Amino acid sequence: METVIKTKDLTKKFGDFVAVDKITFEVHKGEIFGFLGANGAGKTTAMRMLCGLSRPTSGEAMVAGIDVYHKPEEIKKNIGYMSQKFSLYEDLTVLENIKFYAGIYGLSDKDIKEKSDELVEKLGLQSQVKKLVQGLPLGWRQKLAFSVAIVHQPKIVFLDEPTGGVDPSTRKQFWDMIYDASEKGITIFVTTHYLDEAEYCDRICIMVDGKIKALDTPSQLKQNYKVNNITEVFYQLARTAKRGDD
Amino acid sequence: MRTLKFLLQKEFRQIFRNKSLLRMLFMVPIVQLIILPQAANFTVKNINIAFVDLDHSTYSQQLINKVLSSGYFKLAASTPDYKAAYELIEKDKADIVVEIPHDFERNLETEGTQKLSVSVNAINGVKASVGSGYLTSIIQDYNNNIRVNWIQPSKINQLPTIEVVASNWYNPTLSYYLFMVPGILVLLVTLIGGNMTSQNIVREKEMGTIEQINVTPIKKYHFILGKLIPFWVLGILLFTLGLLIARVVYGIVPLGSVALLYLFVSVYLVTIMGFGLLISTYSETPMQATSLTFFFVQIFNLMGGLFTPIDSMPAWAKVITDVIPISYFIKVMRMIVIKGSHFQDILPHILIVLLMGVVLNTWAIINYRKTT
Repeated sequence: METVIKTKDLTKKFGDFVAVDKITFEVHKGEIFGFLGANGAGKTTAMRMLCGLSRPTSGEAMVAGIDVYHKPEEIKKNIGYMSQKFSLYEDLTVLENIKFYAGIYGLSDKDIKEKSDELVEKLGLQSQVKKLVQGLPLGWRQKLAFSVAIVHQPKIVFLDEPTGGVDPSTRKQFWDMIYDASEKGITIFVTTHYLDEAEYCDRICIMVDGKIKALDTPSQLKQNYKVNNITEVFYQLARTAKRGDD
Repeated sequence: MRTLKFLLQKEFRQIFRNKSLLRMLFMVPIVQLIILPQAANFTVKNINIAFVDLDHSTYSQQLINKVLSSGYFKLAASTPDYKAAYELIEKDKADIVVEIPHDFERNLETEGTQKLSVSVNAINGVKASVGSGYLTSIIQDYNNNIRVNWIQPSKINQLPTIEVVASNWYNPTLSYYLFMVPGILVLLVTLIGGNMTSQNIVREKEMGTIEQINVTPIKKYHFILGKLIPFWVLGILLFTLGLLIARVVYGIVPLGSVALLYLFVSVYLVTIMGFGLLISTYSETPMQATSLTFFFVQIFNLMGGLFTPIDSMPAWAKVITDVIPISYFIKVMRMIVIKGSHFQDILPHILIVLLMGVVLNTWAIINYRKTT
């Protein structure tokens, strides 16, 4: 199996505070890899290091075969990213946002046209294309943001709590889109604190206080901890946490 | 280049959708250029003057009339004694008190000399010094008139006097507008050019969209050019609007080349926007950017040479004016508009401002990090 993300003892310190403490893991091509943890467990920091947004303090990490220390800008060509903070331009229309991101990722005019038509149709946003994004409901915006994040066919897409604040039925649709992307060979790296979503992942990694406490398939984890659902696994592990919410 | 095209397209769309930005861009210069120069005027008028005429003679009356007819003074009161006049100063009703002593006329005629007492309320320093200056020259003039009346033209003037007549070069009528309006336009271009750039980028930080940009393979200089070019264009538009207002409202037509003005403003905008960029890289929120900008704008305002001449500042202050770009713009603006200076005259200033622009923009690009 091809490995697309590989870390060894990856660490990030902010002064004396160790946000991410020597994490080591691998993610395979086409996998849906879930990153779970309470607020302040270090999920976002770990993800930001892998995206080339934050420089690691120590340890090693390769993303899409590229070293995060030396060529963070190279990594950026190969990944998509969608953060918990809304990342589209609210004062641009749906179509303008799609075209802008497609454009700065270097797609040709023809591809931009094809891609945006396809995307608008898939999202059922035909009647909304000329509307400013600020007028769109949150669920739609998040689906649009995800589509924009993979408009350039990246090898890996990083999703940082993508479904925060979204209603259950839209969340379901969102996960359908994730499966779709995964089937096309895009590796999905997703952080969440909706524990039911963890069950949708191929493998999950649970972080507590900056360390990886468990990493396996959801069924194997349930078996190991002798419980019926991931929520129970998470509670058992999270109970040991010393850090509060930040 | 293609990336830049998409960035520019996005910026221009956002600018033209931002109604409050456009309003600020066009309303502020119109209001400021029309109102400020009319109100913030250095010409001192309406100086309240009180006379204590103890002589009540033809001569004293002539003097009083001459002072009042000059147009700068307003009669606050004529009081019988100095004490009453002093009270007027205390109550802030009079700025200057002129006391004409007893026997003013007689002493002048018999002894050929006489003293006058002028007391000035110096709480408002500008009014006091300018006012007493006017008064002195009026009295001098009055004095000369008397001499001319006495001395027969045929006689040899026994007491030669030196008469000083100043001819004002470049601004012969000492038009206050000609001095102020170009300066205020400089201030506006500086403020709006610098502030728009910094606010724009900080806003992207606040919205979180900058993070999305940082995770794309966009080059830093592409992103920054994408920000600078649209605001540079707006800056040029603003400057053009200002020049038009100066022409239509104040009849100010630059004596020198307008193309030269645009050449300088083109360079200057790059510099001042580099400054805005730098502020934005050090600020996380619009509030922080505003506070920082405010701090510098005060310095620009008071030390740029707009209101007070740089030449009369202390040496340490001159060093500061040497490193703030606005002082060069004000100088060049006045040189071209009032004096009609040529390219060779302003070349050193262009080069200095260009150097500042290179430094500020490089600093900003280095300090803007896609990876923290």
